[in-house]
Amino acid sequence: MEDKSIDREWKKGSAELLLLSLLEALPRHGYEIGKLIEQRSQGALRFHAASLYPLLYRLEKRGWILGRWVEKSGQRRRRYYRLTSQGRKVLASQRQGWQTFVEAIGRITGVENA
Amino acid sequence: MPDWNEQIRGQLADLNLAPAREAEIVEELAQHAEDRYRELQSGGATEAEARRIALDEIGGHELLARELHAVERADAPESVVLGVESQGRLLAGLGQDLRYGFRTLRKNPGFATVAMLTLALGIGANTAIFSVVNGVLLRPLAYPDPDRLVTIYESTAEFNQASVAYPNYLDWRRESSSFTDMGAFRYDDFNFTGAGQPEQVSGEYVSASVFPVLGVAPFLGRSFRPEEDRQGAACTAMLDYGFWNARFGADPNILGKLLTLNAMSCAVVGVLPRDFRFRGARVYVPIEQWNSVELRTREEHPGLGVIGRLKPGIAVETAQAEIASICNGLARQYPNTNAGHGAKAVRMKDDMVRYIRPTLLLLAGAVGFVLIIACANVANLLLARSTARKREFAIRAALGAARARVMRQLLTESVLLSLGGAMIGLLLARFGTSLVLAATPGSLPRSGEVGIDPYVLIFTLLVSIVTGVLFGLAPAFLAANANPREFLKEGARGAGGGRHRTEGVFVAVEIGLAVILLVGAGLMIQSLWRLWQVDPGFNTRNVLTTKVALSPQVMTSPPGIRLAYQQLLARVAAIPGVRSAAITSVVPLSERNSEIPFWPGTGPQPAQDRMTSAMFYIVTPDYPSVMQIPLRRGRFFTDRDNLASPQVAVIDDVMARHMFPGQDPVGRQISLIVVGPVQIVGVAGHVKHWGLDSDDTSKVRDQIYFPVQQVPDKFMSEAVAGLTLLLRTGPDPLSLVSAVRAQVAGPTQDQPIYAVRTMEQIISGSLAERRFTMLALIVFAAAALLLAAVGIYGVMSYAVTRRTHELGVRAALGASRREIVGLVLRQGMRLAAIGLAGGLVAAVAVTRLLAGLLYGVRPADPATLAAVALLLGGIALLACYIPARRATAVDPVTALRCE
Repeated sequence: MEDKSIDREWKKGSAELLLLSLLEALPRHGYEIGKLIEQRSQGALRFHAASLYPLLYRLEKRGWILGRWVEKSGQRRRRYYRLTSQGRKVLASQRQGWQTFVEAIGRITGVENA
Repeated sequence: MPDWNEQIRGQLADLNLAPAREAEIVEELAQHAEDRYRELQSGGATEAEARRIALDEIGGHELLARELHAVERADAPESVVLGVESQGRLLAGLGQDLRYGFRTLRKNPGFATVAMLTLALGIGANTAIFSVVNGVLLRPLAYPDPDRLVTIYESTAEFNQASVAYPNYLDWRRESSSFTDMGAFRYDDFNFTGAGQPEQVSGEYVSASVFPVLGVAPFLGRSFRPEEDRQGAACTAMLDYGFWNARFGADPNILGKLLTLNAMSCAVVGVLPRDFRFRGARVYVPIEQWNSVELRTREEHPGLGVIGRLKPGIAVETAQAEIASICNGLARQYPNTNAGHGAKAVRMKDDMVRYIRPTLLLLAGAVGFVLIIACANVANLLLARSTARKREFAIRAALGAARARVMRQLLTESVLLSLGGAMIGLLLARFGTSLVLAATPGSLPRSGEVGIDPYVLIFTLLVSIVTGVLFGLAPAFLAANANPREFLKEGARGAGGGRHRTEGVFVAVEIGLAVILLVGAGLMIQSLWRLWQVDPGFNTRNVLTTKVALSPQVMTSPPGIRLAYQQLLARVAAIPGVRSAAITSVVPLSERNSEIPFWPGTGPQPAQDRMTSAMFYIVTPDYPSVMQIPLRRGRFFTDRDNLASPQVAVIDDVMARHMFPGQDPVGRQISLIVVGPVQIVGVAGHVKHWGLDSDDTSKVRDQIYFPVQQVPDKFMSEAVAGLTLLLRTGPDPLSLVSAVRAQVAGPTQDQPIYAVRTMEQIISGSLAERRFTMLALIVFAAAALLLAAVGIYGVMSYAVTRRTHELGVRAALGASRREIVGLVLRQGMRLAAIGLAGGLVAAVAVTRLLAGLLYGVRPADPATLAAVALLLGGIALLACYIPARRATAVDPVTALRCE
């Protein structure tokens, strides 16, 4: 399946890591997460709501992130997700794993620093 | 702007999510769609395009549903209270409701605990009383076909239900045809000797027909044969199972062994079954073995009871009529003894419980009030909680949940709560019942049968279900009626006037019911207090009473008996700490009594219905000094009043006024049946024999004392059968018991003492039933007071929280702390006042039911009503004051910022 963007399967495998990384610094709501992924990947990665939210719920259910309704003046309330301490550990180990994986792929394929 | 909610909800429809969860997801995704929609529009897309893309991204190609399915279905689906289900799904729905109910309660452990404890109090108290009502009033007697068993009394002018003269019983038995058979019995204590320690055992003289009438077959051996129940037959005995176990180690070879009971040697012929109980007897001896002239005369009614088993299909009334006509015949045949005598047949069970029935029904009513109060409290808790769940109800309603479905869900939750309460309540009931029974021994007939049996469990189950529905109904109704739009729009601050009115009504009702219970308890306390103040006519302090069985060896000759008693009195009087000692045939205020018919002068004996009866006490000379009964005129007995001197008697002042109005009775003659003419030598003060409360209204109040030393030889052995030793002591009477035991035992060591009690214990026992009622009412009233206080406190606290904003505005506008406290107090006290007023009116009506148990105080006693109003008013004030104080702590700035 040739595509100008990154393959669907790739996306799926790395999605968790992306989400956790984005929540590392500060809590964000779903729409913001979607936007950030799109912006920072310069359009290469895009999550539709239909897969973004189920993934958030899944991570929440695992106890890696925690959603909270927050009201800000003049806005409808939004659900902000933050990383739990367990999520932080998972993020660290996934990062490590990803690093190892990418390096391994790089060594084989000759692609530098994915 | 497009309605995203509708679209998204449509996609989730098949997932069967929990309503709250679904609402959350819908909200979050709608938010996202909205953001995306605006972004697309600002990027230049047309409205329709933006809308299509936003929706497509959220749920295109059912992606959302599929993904969510994988996530959300991972842990079981929760009930979605949606729409109306078909009949077939009712059970499945119920399971769903139960699961959901459990989860909601688990999430609020604080609420669930408080509610269940409140209910446990109410249900526990009801279960306790029901287990008493069940054991005492409802459960059939433990004999086969118990409905056919009747007790038959003789009725005389003075006593509606008197004991029966043995010859009359024999005639009834022979002539009546309504009964398969009749039996007669008489209580007696037997001095059981010759097998280790001498022991006094309670026993019954029974006719051979008693066991067949009761329908009991012996566990071991056989019942008495008719030929053993004859005068002059060799003595036989039957044993209670417990006695056989305890005293003979369940010896299987007991049959044929000889026991020494009193002076008789009786061969054991049978042992009764383990669960057989009859008047607490431990040994049974044929009644014809009772060697007493009292058994042979129609003049005497020596405590003989008669039971009969009705033939199948015969009504009690029919049997009663038949016995009555037999009595009429006997009255014609024996006018001297039987004129005016009839008979009264009552079902055996009714007979056993007739005194306690009104009391128990009263308590059952009172305890019902406690449950209603508990219900009102929990209903208020649920109402308060429903605020927190407003969103949930609103969302459900918005999602199309039918009103009935939401109500059912809420009712399931309340029934779950009350079932939980019932389980704790059962424990409370078990504990409480045994506590109450232990605290008031002897106040209940059949108390051995009180316990938790399947009927009690069914009762508790039913009560808790009904209770759950009852207290859940109002909150459920209000919640289900909530208009979702109102709720969703309204946000944090609530209106819902209906709800608050309901709370107010509940609190007022609680207070009203608490008033009724408090008034009842107050009246009972006053009655008992007044009874304790009643002068019984003697000094009850420091008197030891004990029954004494004389050695079988001295019981054989009347002079020997007299001598034995004299020596015994001398021995116990010498015990250090004993001030004086006396003997009496009957102890005042104990259950026993003895009447003797008499007539004025020394003429011939008139017909029985022409004579009046007096209480008859056979006593020794020191009796007045032991009892400290005042002597009004003349003298009491001395040792010189013996068989060699003229017969004398002392009467009480009631009899003096009644028989010799305005004259001096001393020196006058009266004649006593059997005894003959006696000269009155003194007048003593009246003693309230029939009880502190009922003596004044008893029919037989005249009292005659007669010296033990003048009892004719032929009556001596039965006269001494029930004699009681009375000791006036310096120190605590019970501290002398072992010394008394040692001195009474005598040279042959075969004279036991038994039934040792202080006079104060006897008086207290005579008030046992009343004290039981008082104790129960106090406990119920205290529970009611506590619950009502908690109820009004809860409602007021909540009201203050709800009014935070308003109170803040008032404070900002310059209202002083005082004014704010006053504002809150007024609101609370208005409820309390309504409850109090209603309760007082109801109390005046309801406490009339107590009238029979009251003494010296009227049901509508103003002092009690006022005291209760003050007490409850004070507690209500306190319960309102705490939240009111908190209201003054509201910072106007904080309150206003909430806007």
